[in-house]
Amino acid sequence: MDSALLIHRLHFAFTITFHYLFPELTMGLALLIVVLKTIALRRNDPLYNEAARFWAKIFGINFVLGVVTGIPMEFQFGTNWSHFSRFAGGVIGQTLAMEGMFAFFLESAFIGLFLFGEKKLSPRAHWWSAVGVFLGSWLSGYFIIATDAFMQYPVGYYKASDGSLQLASFWDFVLNPWAGWQYAHNMSGAAITGAFIMTSVGAFYLLSNKWTAHARIFVKTGVIAGCIFSVLQIFPTGDRQGKMVTELQPATLAAMEGLFHGQTQAPLVIIGQPNDQQGKIDNPLQVPGMLSMLTYKRWSAHVRGLDAFPRQDWPGNIPLLYYSYHIMVGLGTFFIAIMAVALLLLWSGKLFNARWMLWILMLAAPFPYIANTAGWMTAELGRQPWLVYGLMRTEDGYSTLVSAGNAMFTLLGFMGMYMVLGILGLFLLWREIDHGPAVPSLSNLQLPTDATGEAR
Amino acid sequence: MSTLWFWIVAAMIATYVVLDGFDIGAGAIYLLAAKTNDERRRVLRAIGPVWDGNEVWLLAAGGTLYFAFPKLYASSFSGFYLPLMMVLWLLMLRAIGIEFRAHIEHSVWQDFFDVVFSVSSILLAVFFGAALGNVVRGVPLDATGYFFEPLWTNFKLNADIGVLDWYTVLIGVMALVTLTAHGSYYVALKTDADLGRRARGFALLCWPLQFFLTFSALVATYFIRPTIMANYRNHPIGILIPIVVVACLAVMLWANPKGKEKLAFIASGLYIAFMLVGAAFALYPVVLSAREHQYDLTIYNSAAGSHGLRVGLVWWTLGAILAVGYFVFVYWKFRGKVQLGEGHY
Repeated sequence: MDSALLIHRLHFAFTITFHYLFPELTMGLALLIVVLKTIALRRNDPLYNEAARFWAKIFGINFVLGVVTGIPMEFQFGTNWSHFSRFAGGVIGQTLAMEGMFAFFLESAFIGLFLFGEKKLSPRAHWWSAVGVFLGSWLSGYFIIATDAFMQYPVGYYKASDGSLQLASFWDFVLNPWAGWQYAHNMSGAAITGAFIMTSVGAFYLLSNKWTAHARIFVKTGVIAGCIFSVLQIFPTGDRQGKMVTELQPATLAAMEGLFHGQTQAPLVIIGQPNDQQGKIDNPLQVPGMLSMLTYKRWSAHVRGLDAFPRQDWPGNIPLLYYSYHIMVGLGTFFIAIMAVALLLLWSGKLFNARWMLWILMLAAPFPYIANTAGWMTAELGRQPWLVYGLMRTEDGYSTLVSAGNAMFTLLGFMGMYMVLGILGLFLLWREIDHGPAVPSLSNLQLPTDATGEAR
Repeated sequence: MSTLWFWIVAAMIATYVVLDGFDIGAGAIYLLAAKTNDERRRVLRAIGPVWDGNEVWLLAAGGTLYFAFPKLYASSFSGFYLPLMMVLWLLMLRAIGIEFRAHIEHSVWQDFFDVVFSVSSILLAVFFGAALGNVVRGVPLDATGYFFEPLWTNFKLNADIGVLDWYTVLIGVMALVTLTAHGSYYVALKTDADLGRRARGFALLCWPLQFFLTFSALVATYFIRPTIMANYRNHPIGILIPIVVVACLAVMLWANPKGKEKLAFIASGLYIAFMLVGAAFALYPVVLSAREHQYDLTIYNSAAGSHGLRVGLVWWTLGAILAVGYFVFVYWKFRGKVQLGEGHY
């Protein structure tokens, strides 16, 4: 591989991977904060308002990091991937510009009101500001997914005389069938991150016997949401996403599953190391016929292996793709298992005293991040060797005039910068968690009653 | 259609500079004008609820530029690779300077983020000005429609030109002075007592510099690009633009000592907007000029397909109406002089 190409790919991979650690929590928490604020408004319960206020502080720190690491993403389409922008900008420029016009303006306007305007707004108006932040962040997610969906499964375009892609049908492009399920799958993944983080902090407080009233709200909200979204993550969203890959990117499916040779009654590999020199799985543990069943709903169905496709169209890094996919699926299964047990304990009223379960819930916090990252790696490594599936290869898309040395310079710069941001972010988040939900002062307690009287 | 998008993008960039300009300018005077912790918190509180929204205009303008002129985006962003990456790092540092300072009540922590915020604001102003200078002066585009420019040269006159040379540095300094004045008017408008007085003093100090630099920049531009006047000759209506610019300068000089900060701030905003509109008017229909003019990127050879541009007009109009609505609402909610009380910053 040309070293400039490698560095430009690492540049984007590194910055997007680090960036996405923040928006997944932003989008997940935005939803859960709306839930907390809705309950607070409905029941006029100040405890839920304090819970929402605590998560707003965490949200604020996380949001800043998401914004600052997000700005480079838009820039890099031009700086590092200029041939790609020239080629596909006439189509994907639509969604990227719409993200700015619809999502970022909405989000940025309401975040100020949401974080700093609680005293200036009535409870209902403040609830609306939380909804505005939620809508903005989830809308932003859709525009990005629609852009990625075009790269995975290009629709709604035509090829202009200069070879570039141009928009042919706005609705075909924006309502790309790939985008729908990918969006549902991705947003459910973000909600899982939010739910696990909320549960984890709650479990930590319960285990340390601090802020127990708030902690119960956190654990309860987090476990219920975590259970719902962990199930949705596998079925229907993950299942449907898998079917799309089977149908539209068959070589990707074969590489993800480590199926080197096409066969009927194809087995599902649970564990094993892909050996792409010899075209087999080492030390496999597999379920016979299961892959045929999952993809085509018939045990006997024939599933095409990598051998059905020319070598130059295979995804470039098969082992990494295979592991990303297996880590994602393995963790997804694990999420359902622990959230189902936690929900049963919650239902029977034992969860808040079941210290062993609280320990598991507390320690589970990093895993949704790993699963979401692995999921995106599966999608983007799976798309290789294409930058726009079937239309442009990755090696033709980067900025050839930006030399490997220049790209390396900025990659190292970003690594240094992000290390500082990461350390500062963790430090500040830890301080907020350590500080806990604020003790309600008298003025805070009076606020809801006064204001609701005037709102109704 | 592409002419319309040219002006839409120009207007969005001007909006960005006018809006984010005042919080960048507030950052430039921050260390000197705001001396006590209370005063610094006042400055941060004045820009706190709005700076992020202001910065979104940069992203939205960038996104719209990408959508309307993808080839321009590809050429200019890859050509200005290193300076743009530095702008990104400065934007990051500035954001954490504003947002992280208040989290810990410790003078060492706060001093650190004060300096981060102020220095990154000053450098950003210079970089943005230099960027404008580069676009006006032209870059070494070739037949492929791409270029890559060194960051600087040996700074001799008439030497090979880099991203930073005498001309672009001049425009960069002009931008710094202009935004410093703009930020000073804003701080004067939003605060009172010593801080407000000092901010007014900074604005007063900036005025003669701004006046002098405006004219030197015009003269320098004329020498570097004599063709810059062609559009003004062909469309005499353009003469209105420099007239508005001069009028704004006069209003700023008159209004500031009388304590009419709001008028001075509006005049400063209009001055910035019309300086940029004047540059866009002079460049049209070129969007990125090459040293050899047959390689110029114009609105005709860099625009996206016409169907896409037509569709875009529908959603862009809708988005812009919504965005203006949010901004009016947010600025109205946070109107008046800032008070320190409970809350962030």
